[in-house]
Order: sequence, then structure tokens, then C-alpha cells
Amino acid sequence: MEDRTGPVSPITFRLDPSSGVPTYLQLVQEVERALQLGYLRQGDQLPRVKDVVGTLSINPNTVLKAYRHLEQKGLIGGRPGVGTFVIAEPKTVGLDELHVLERRLVTDWLPDAASAGLDDDGMAAVFMTALRTFRTRSERRAERSAQGRKATRPKGVA
Amino acid sequence: MNAFEASGLGKRYGSTWALRECTLAVPRDHVVALVGPNGAGKTTLLHSIVGLCQPATGQVTVLHGIPAGSPEALERVAFVAQNAPLHQHLTVAAMIELSCALNEGFDRSMAERRLRSLKIPFRRRVGRLSGGQQAQLALSLALGRRPDLLVLDEPLAPLDPLARHEFMSQVMEEVAERGLSIVFSSHVVSELKEVADYLVVLSEGRVQLSGEIDRLLAAHSSWSGSAAKVEAIQAVVPVVQVERADRYARLLVRAPAGEAPPGWDANPVTIEDLVLAYLRSPDIQVVTSPLALAGADPTKWPS
Repeated sequence: MEDRTGPVSPITFRLDPSSGVPTYLQLVQEVERALQLGYLRQGDQLPRVKDVVGTLSINPNTVLKAYRHLEQKGLIGGRPGVGTFVIAEPKTVGLDELHVLERRLVTDWLPDAASAGLDDDGMAAVFMTALRTFRTRSERRAERSAQGRKATRPKGVA
Repeated sequence: MNAFEASGLGKRYGSTWALRECTLAVPRDHVVALVGPNGAGKTTLLHSIVGLCQPATGQVTVLHGIPAGSPEALERVAFVAQNAPLHQHLTVAAMIELSCALNEGFDRSMAERRLRSLKIPFRRRVGRLSGGQQAQLALSLALGRRPDLLVLDEPLAPLDPLARHEFMSQVMEEVAERGLSIVFSSHVVSELKEVADYLVVLSEGRVQLSGEIDRLLAAHSSWSGSAAKVEAIQAVVPVVQVERADRYARLLVRAPAGEAPPGWDANPVTIEDLVLAYLRSPDIQVVTSPLALAGADPTKWPS
């Protein structure tokens, strides 16, 4: 049996009250960041709800909401009576691949944007808008294909 | 199951009504913040819940129908009054003895463990403890009774920021472990937003607003746009607060951000925005049944 009095998790939470980000979302983001940076790995335990509320002085439901959110994302899972554990690590992009993607921006898109007269903030704004458009489009595509599957299912069954 | 329920509750001191027609039902297992300006009737409402004051009209029940102040209620409800009154000349150890003697089933080991972890010296007299330590002692003695409902009157007011944090941490840990219902009053909204999940706004002796905080925030939003269109919006949607400049107006409305008219900028509201807007318009009262709040029909709210 493990020691249930000491800290069980490799991470502890910290809140930024001035960030304006809802508290549960701050907890979600901290776990995701810890996973990306490798502070949290598959099989690691997350801080117990009681420990989080004791150190941060927040409502237990806020912690539960954050953990539910991470569970829905498939990153963590609860073992009743034991605790909450990391069950999957988020997909990360390899360094080589990152370099290639960055090169393409530096040699291609950024010079075009600069010669069009955009400053740094302008480029960032264009990039964020494009990202949003891209996300909306892929969500719609996913919806359409889900509907398509539903529509064709009877045929497949028959 | 309700933590407490008041119907038609009224209490008068001389010719002044401290509470008037106060009707309210708060479900169990919430951390309830009771908010309102000084003199709004917060303490009177809390005293009615714990059975310390006899209402002039109406009634209060706790923990699903038990009359407030009845022997069964007294057994299951714990109360920490303003400024945590304790016997100043007794030692901490003597206070624990006293609590054991007065309360059957007092969880002595839990209270002692709690006080030890807070490094509160058992042999010191209560009067020589710091304000924060006295508050923690009062809390530990109240929790030692293992109540199903814990009522705290302005527990944070006399404490410095560190003591406030430690005090609420203790309360939250108990909620996480045992799942009891908590009601506490405060007039500092920024301090309760991380701990409370249920809000009751009291104003001039009446309940102005009550409900789960997440739902209340989702049901309100802040709209800004042309001042010329304010009346047209007011005709359709309940507007809690209007801030108007020459051409531009900002409204706090009881409608989700997604329902804003075209050309208007809609933003979510914070708990501070919400409380301030309601307190500035004491005439606006919202139906206090938690069920009525769930699927509110905007056309039914008073304009």
C-alpha cells in the first residue's frame, strides 16, 4: 500500500488570479503543459482533490471539473478509491519536423507578409485568424463526414 | 434535498424589517456564499437558519425539512458566529474538553489532529492566540461536531490574507473529504469566488438573486453597443444594469451572450460584475427557486 499522507503526484498546481482564465481551465492547461514538457508521464498520479483544495483554497468541484475535462480528452483516468492517473500522453511533434515547418514560415510566408507591409502584431493577428478558420473548417468537415456515415449505415447493414 | 429552506421569512427589530418575505431553497452539498451590503439582513438570516432567532413570520427548515432550532437540527448544524466568540480565559485544551462535554459524539481526535497540524499550542489561553488561530480554533471545534450543515457568519472579516487562505483551505478540505453543506456570509465578493459554488444575494432584507454560480454566470452577459437601441432591447430582454454614455451603452442582461442582437458586442460576466449590478438595482428581484432559474424564460422577467 502506498503512503497516502505525502504528495502522490510529481506536479503541484499554481494559480494566476490575474490571468482572467477560469480556474478549472488553468488547472487543465497546467496538466497539459506538464505532459508536453515531460514533467508528467503515463502512469503518473495527479494531485489528490483534497490536496489541491487544501493548498489553493478553492472549491473541490473546480478540481473535479478540470479532471473531468482532462478525462474527456482521454488524457487521464480515475481509479476509484486510488486516485487519478495519466493514461495517455499528448501527441508531440518531433524536433526535425518542427524545424521544417518553421523554415517554411520563415522562407515563404513571413517575407510575403513583411513586403505586404504587416508588422509583427499584424502577422500574429493574420496567423491567429487563419488558425481559427482552419479549425472551424476541419470541425465542419468532421461533422459532415459523421452525418455521411450515419446516412449510409442502413445500407451497410442491409 | 435542501440544505435549508425559508418561506415567507420575516423578522423585525422595532419598526425596521431586517428580513421581509424571504423565500429561498438551497440544495445540499453546496458551498453557499451569502452576499449583501451591511444591514441587508445576512446575520438575521443565518441566525434563523441555526435557530438563534425566532422569526416574526414564515419558517425555516434545515437538512430537508427539520425545523430550525429543533433538537435534531441543533445536533446536525454547527455555527461559527462573527468574530468567533470563545472563552478568552480558557486554554485551547480546556476548550476542547468543554466541547467534548457539551457535544455528544464530538470527534476529539479529529479536532486535535487538525489543531496540531495548524501548530496551535494546546496550553495557551485563547485570549493569547492570534486572530487567525482563534478563527481556526472555532472552526475546528465546529467541525469536530461533524455537522451536516456548517454556518459561518463573516468568517474572513477579522483575518489577514494569509489567515484567510488557511481558514478557507481547511473548510475546502473538509468539503472534499466529507461533502457537507456550507453557508457563509461575506461582503467581499472577490474572496468567495474561488470557494463558493452557490450564491445568494440579499438586499434590504430580501433575497434578490440565488442560484448555482456557474448557471448564473451562463445566464447573464454584458452587451455593449449603440445607446439609441437600449429601450428596444429592454423591451425584449431583462436588463439588470445600464451604463450609458452619449452614443454608447453597456448593459448587464439576464440572457446568454449568444442572444445579443447583431452589431452588439457580447461578453461573459464575472461574479463581481453580477453581484455589483444586482446590488445597484435593489428593485430587481429574481425568482429564488433553483428550479425556476434553470430554464428561465426571458419574457417572464420583470422589466
